Amino acid sequence: MEIKTDDYSIWHDPESSTVFFRGFLRLDGMEEYEPVMHLLINALERSANFHLNLRDLEFLNSSGISMLSMFVVKVRERGNVQLTLQGSDKILWQTKSLKNLQRLMPSLTLEFI
Amino acid sequence: MTQTFTTQTFGAFLDEIPASDEYLTLHFSPSSAPRKHRWHNYGLSADFLGDYFAAFFPGDEVPNSKINRRDTVKAAVSYIANELLENAVKYSDEAVNLPISITLYLYEQRIIFQVTNHASLSTVQDYQQFIQSLITSDPDDFYTRQLEKAALGTGASNIGLLTMMNDYSARFGWRFQPLETRPNTCWVTVMAHLDV
Repeated sequence: MEIKTDDYSIWHDPESSTVFFRGFLRLDGMEEYEPVMHLLINALERSANFHLNLRDLEFLNSSGISMLSMFVVKVRERGNVQLTLQGSDKILWQTKSLKNLQRLMPSLTLEFI
Repeated sequence: MTQTFTTQTFGAFLDEIPASDEYLTLHFSPSSAPRKHRWHNYGLSADFLGDYFAAFFPGDEVPNSKINRRDTVKAAVSYIANELLENAVKYSDEAVNLPISITLYLYEQRIIFQVTNHASLSTVQDYQQFIQSLITSDPDDFYTRQLEKAALGTGASNIGLLTMMNDYSARFGWRFQPLETRPNTCWVTVMAHLDV
């Protein structure tokens, strides 16, 4: 599974149970984020440990943050998945906004490098 | 039905913006180009504003951060300008065919963003209700509540505005002015103050 455009790419690596994000993601509202959400939900299937690697995602708009919130709540509803967000402490939006997702799921792990 | 509507301001709105040596305004013409194409241009414009204003800052270290001062300004300006433009587009009344504009004013330790657009009276009234609940709530609780709302997809969460306020410590003011020529349209000015 992969979504690739000039501005961003998103792909799933089943071996490491990781979805990777790269580039600039600023889609127009939640509707446009549906294909991304669909990829995430499909990738999540049957994983006990799941990772989102955002380290090369330089820009995410607030609709994208809402999409991540939506995904975190889906994982929370499963009840048996350990979710880890891998971020970069060299990308400002990640240092500012990722920690808020723990408000939705306190067991969410954040790994910054 | 004709409703009466007078000019209203909320929050940290300044009627007169202090003189600034450096400012820059972009006007976006109302256009028949597909929204998808215009959307891309707003993102590019936000990045340009980030680069433009970052150039006034040195690349020295920021305490407790791996991102230097110039790159911090660049990323914060780009995020805030993009969110403000996205909101202006989302809430604009396209029928009135009037431009959206964004101006950034630079000061020694602050940047003021000012964005104007035109919106229908009903959009404005809904938005004013949101502002009222925002300014009368505990910011932290309100953010968590709206994030949960966004996550469940139950109605407008205004997460963009809340991330700018909570994550970037931007302070906001709003002015809503009736248009004499169109009683059901308001001229909306949003002001954001960012400490840099």
